[in-house]
Amino acid sequence: MTIYRSHVLVCGGTPCVLKGARTLKDLLLKEIERYQLSDEIRVVETGCLGPCDDGPVLIVYPEGAMYSKLKPTDILKIVEHHLLKGRIVEELVFRERKSSAGALQGSAVPLEQEKYLSLQKRVVLRNCGRINPDSIDEYIANNGYLALGQAVTTLTSDQVVKIVADSKLQGRGGAGFPTGLKWSFTAKTTSDQKYIICNADEGEPGTFKDRLIMEGDPHGIIEGMAIAGYAVGASQGIIYIRGEYGLSIERMKNAIKQATDYGLLGKKILGTEFNFEIDVRSGAGAYVCGEETALIESLEGNRGEPRVKPPFPGIAGLWGKPTIVNNVETLANIAPIILNGPEWFRSIGTENCPGTKVFTMLGDINNQGLVEVPMGITLREIVYEVGGGIPGGRGFKMAQTGGTSGGCLPSEFLDMPMDYDTLSKVGSALGSGAMLIIDDTHCIVDVLKSFMKFFCHESCGKCTPCREGTTRLYEIVLALSEGTATDTEIQLLKELSGAMQLSALCGLGQSAPNSLLTCLNFFADEFQAHLNGQCPSGICKNLTIESEAV
Amino acid sequence: MKSLEDLKKVREQARQMTGLRGDQEQTKIIVGMGTCGIAAGARETMKAILDELNKRNLTEVTITQTGCLGLCEQEPIVEVEVPGEPRIIYGKISAEKARQIVSKHLVNNNIIGEWVIGRK
Repeated sequence: MTIYRSHVLVCGGTPCVLKGARTLKDLLLKEIERYQLSDEIRVVETGCLGPCDDGPVLIVYPEGAMYSKLKPTDILKIVEHHLLKGRIVEELVFRERKSSAGALQGSAVPLEQEKYLSLQKRVVLRNCGRINPDSIDEYIANNGYLALGQAVTTLTSDQVVKIVADSKLQGRGGAGFPTGLKWSFTAKTTSDQKYIICNADEGEPGTFKDRLIMEGDPHGIIEGMAIAGYAVGASQGIIYIRGEYGLSIERMKNAIKQATDYGLLGKKILGTEFNFEIDVRSGAGAYVCGEETALIESLEGNRGEPRVKPPFPGIAGLWGKPTIVNNVETLANIAPIILNGPEWFRSIGTENCPGTKVFTMLGDINNQGLVEVPMGITLREIVYEVGGGIPGGRGFKMAQTGGTSGGCLPSEFLDMPMDYDTLSKVGSALGSGAMLIIDDTHCIVDVLKSFMKFFCHESCGKCTPCREGTTRLYEIVLALSEGTATDTEIQLLKELSGAMQLSALCGLGQSAPNSLLTCLNFFADEFQAHLNGQCPSGICKNLTIESEAV
Repeated sequence: MKSLEDLKKVREQARQMTGLRGDQEQTKIIVGMGTCGIAAGARETMKAILDELNKRNLTEVTITQTGCLGLCEQEPIVEVEVPGEPRIIYGKISAEKARQIVSKHLVNNNIIGEWVIGRK
């Protein structure tokens, strides 16, 4: 083993790779070679560092200086000034764009970078951007697989279920169902075969957290799945990854192979009687397959359509056997909970919704990208502190939480804590953690038009309320934007939405009207203006802009 | 891997690889790498320190560089900072002297008085 004086971690998440991170990495290696620093500096490709919009990003240790928006010429500067001479290249260091303040004197890491990071609490992303995701050794160095080791050698299955239940961890895929409770149902069943499925079919528009978790720390998910398997008595795990996520599939497969080679997956894990194996399956691009029963249908080789529940998958899932379906982020929380105990987990976040939440921030916000913050943080803190505010100093109009199936919150809700309980009370949802920020130049009807078109396209067509409902919702919103809608149609929108929420077979149809209903509630004036043939934002083409005098 | 102990052994080995990225306070060696330092041979000094750390497998030490301290005639300058102790600044440190600093100061905790040009 060689000791290096410096480690350069180049972000290898998809957003950075698309912006040319691999080319920069090659250039970096070449420059390091040219200055004869190859024996002193180690270059590692790592998972997402967070500020995706400011990519490509890299971070230099031991200083912990993060450089963003890199161009090839910047690499030359970093090698010559930082790596060779030890001077941090201040003008390239990541900082919030709105701020022009200089670096904190005497600190290696500039103030703005610290602020962006200090509000964050990294549990799920503990290894993201810190380790090489293709190296099981680096994962183990950070206490990786220790939770699995302790669970299978010192705890009974019931104890593991109890620890997870005591932690009050809720499913991070969207619905927020208590994970411990879900596990306990399956643990109680008797069956010759049970399954653990990791739902990585991340289809919610604007959500890319699961992708970056898989790319940045694949072993964290494997460990979570193996612990789940031990807890409920399952010996087979399946990761269902969206087909578009090529890099996730590659890294997960590589990680599974490494874990199998080390004997951390397979037969008689760590000398115990516990056996567990994991397979990777890829989806084919249907939004509805993120719904657990549709996902199971797809795994069985059928059309991806949801099943009628009950029976729930926990009792009769894949091939009719008891099956746990957990989201990527949920499973990534398991190992830290086992290692640090449920009390530790409950000390983060709020009383009813403990832990952290990974958000993907996008839309009209300065720091687009991936962040992990404690539950219960306010919308204002996310938008203006972690997110760095809205570009151009424009006003905040609304935030859509939880992706396209979530509700829209206007500025009155900026100080509302973000957690599952609070958001569901106002008709929105924390959901998958997508945080779409929309500024005051946008028209509500125009925004809704694209949301409704999405559901219309993605409805699988199995049940009538969703198949017909999503189409009608889209038609009415379209009519509104063209100035041909009437008062009765607004009434119909409300009635239809209510009917869909009550009668659609799965979450897709039930949640499709969420954004529409919250907007009807909070932006009633704007709908009324459209009925009068006016679009206050001047977006809808056939309508006039409302004048101030009217 | 056949047991929890095997896993812990792998962990101890692997930790040496990533310790640099941790948050815990480590002994620091800082080499002056301004133009004056490089001209006086600071690169050779730095390489010798790294080589010595590798030979002795001292993974708990961080090496960084810094700019000119203003004492150009004393270059190459090497600073050693052990957590909880004052920072020791050595002047005119050749590659050979640098090796001795690693063995005497870092390993045996004996400051080499005659080379010291300052304390902070």
